[in-house]
Amino acid sequence: MSADLETFYEVIRRQGITRRSFTKFCSLTAASLGLGAGAATEMAQALETKPRVPVIWMHGLECTCCSESFIRSAHPLVKDVILSMISLDYDDTIMAAAGHQAEAILQETREKYKGKYILAVEGNPPLNEGGMFCIDGGRPFVEKLKEMAEDAFAVIAWGACASWGCVQAAKPNPTQATPIDKVIKNKPIIKVPGCPPIAEVMTGVVTYVTTFGKLPELDRQGRPKMFYSQRIHDKCYRRPHFDAGQFVEEWDDEGAKKGHCLYKMGCKGPTTYNACSTVRWNGGVSFPIQSGHGCIGCSEEGFWDKGSFYDRLTGINVFGIEANADKVGATVAGVVAAGVAAHAAVTAVKRIVKKPENVG
Amino acid sequence: MTQIAQVQGVLDASGERARSLQTIYVYEAPVRLWHWVNALAITALCVTGYFIGSPLPSLPGEASQHFLMGYIRFTHFAAGQTLIVFFLLRLYWAFVGNKFSRQLSYLPVWNKTWLWGIFYEFKWYMFLVKDPKKYIGHNPLAHVAMFSFMLFLLFMMASGMALYSEGLGIDSWQHRLFGFMFTLFPNSQDLHTWHHLGMWAIVVFVIVHVYAAVREDILSRQSMISSMVSGERLFRDDLPD
Ligand code: HEM
Ligand code: HEM
Ligand code: SF4
Repeated sequence: MSADLETFYEVIRRQGITRRSFTKFCSLTAASLGLGAGAATEMAQALETKPRVPVIWMHGLECTCCSESFIRSAHPLVKDVILSMISLDYDDTIMAAAGHQAEAILQETREKYKGKYILAVEGNPPLNEGGMFCIDGGRPFVEKLKEMAEDAFAVIAWGACASWGCVQAAKPNPTQATPIDKVIKNKPIIKVPGCPPIAEVMTGVVTYVTTFGKLPELDRQGRPKMFYSQRIHDKCYRRPHFDAGQFVEEWDDEGAKKGHCLYKMGCKGPTTYNACSTVRWNGGVSFPIQSGHGCIGCSEEGFWDKGSFYDRLTGINVFGIEANADKVGATVAGVVAAGVAAHAAVTAVKRIVKKPENVG
Repeated sequence: MTQIAQVQGVLDASGERARSLQTIYVYEAPVRLWHWVNALAITALCVTGYFIGSPLPSLPGEASQHFLMGYIRFTHFAAGQTLIVFFLLRLYWAFVGNKFSRQLSYLPVWNKTWLWGIFYEFKWYMFLVKDPKKYIGHNPLAHVAMFSFMLFLLFMMASGMALYSEGLGIDSWQHRLFGFMFTLFPNSQDLHTWHHLGMWAIVVFVIVHVYAAVREDILSRQSMISSMVSGERLFRDDLPD
């Protein structure tokens, strides 16, 4: 455990990172957060003078794809720098300590940094059967989560699991897996959805909170505006084909080869808020749409329960038969039109059979 | 001075005199204007909306040569905002217009005769009674239908503006005003789905509405379609109620 007054800068210098690399990191991060020109200096100063903010990283029901994404952050420096912020404290998946030793760190952080540490949660707690579907350190994860949240400064909800529930909360959700904001009510929560979230987005959020000591601006859903205020569709490089009306109609057609818009293949880019079309993945190499597949909307609420990944609209379950909005609507309209026609026919027959006497 | 005032009734070449029937001015000009603008806007919205949901076959050539989806979407958004502006004007008219201009905005559920009228009109449509009643404004069943249609329209406008604000950005006034729809539907995909289903609900209303208007125009004891053109309701008999 680091001493109380050690700054972030001292920690990384101790780890052999040069000042030059440190300033580079500051400018890069400030730019990726979309902050102004002076922000890099401000950031450097904060990291040099303010005591390091500890981050506790906990894992509930999850698949660790968030951690996997995180440690693959594009810039190796970013990874090193951020990891030194975190692993020193607590992350049961990648830390060296184990068992009682590891659990002791939690208690220590809680006491020593009361109200100051960040609680980052990957995955979510299942609430059914008293939470026994996720046992962590010999007791239900939900207890541990509530306990650590009690003294935290803020909570970061990593990924679709912590933000929305993800696959373990998909219908019928037997374990009653529950997103963090439904369990922790009294702390500010930053949702960083995605399955997993983009590495640079994750490091960006952690850096922002730890350096500036405050939460980034959040949108209505509790997501940082800097990364989640636009849809994939708004910045998609295939968008000109959408506006022109040029679509992939089948997976192996001419349009697919030419890179036309994937709207008709069920691309959920128009309803998905994330940074994939700008930041992209694996160090900016590509993202699903660039690889020829539509977006499946993994950072959106309940994305497992919205019908097919190849249908842009939500599936509607009518009498156990999968259908879509157009099938349901057209069927109802057809039945009504037939009803109207039948009504008109009856009306006509009645008129012919019996002339009403009092119509003028 | 013309002689017209002195002529008793009107005589045509064959000496037939026209019957004088009661007419009442019901739908004031703003109401009629709104009705037809509304009908046009909604038709445009249904057609363009359908093609937003299921776009036309792909166009060949370069993307820079075409802007088909762009034009379709533009038409949709323009018609949508026209719909909203006229709705607001209509709302204003409900306050300052005659009492029939207010019918759309409430259901007089406390009025027993009105409630009875719903069932009576229903029986008329089910061929169970011989004649409908006469009404100056909407008949009670139509009144219920119109009121529910207004609720649908409100939903379509709110959801439409919310979807529109997604493109404009979350700091636009549209998002500030209609972003609450995303509190109700956290995933925009659901809002798209409901907006899309709403179109079919409106298609159903229009089918029934136009059929009923034409049928009533022929069968009922009062004028219908011409009333929405001239504003005057003509009663075809002088029999009581
Ligand atoms: C998209 C199409 C249409 C929509 C959304 C629509 C909607 C409405 C609404 C809301 C009213 C109530 C007006 C008020 O009280 O202020 C109304 C009345 C009326 N509409 Fe339409 N209309 C449509 C098309 C038509 C068409 C094509 C006709 C003619 C065939 C028509 C004939 C009438 C008539 C006759 C009334 C008066 C009904 C009455 O006196 O009870 N409408 N319509
Ligand atoms: C009678 C009223 C309306 C009807 C029938 C209608 C119909 C539709 C339909 C069927 C869609 C396609 C949904 C999908 O499959 O994703 C759509 C999309 C949309 N509508 Fe409407 N709409 C109406 C009113 C409005 C209004 C008032 C606005 C506000 C400006 C509006 C704005 C939009 C927007 C922004 C979209 C999404 C376009 C896109 O994703 O590219 N709509 N509408
Ligand atoms: S591929 Fe998807 S995100 Fe890109 S323009 Fe088409 S619909 Fe939008």
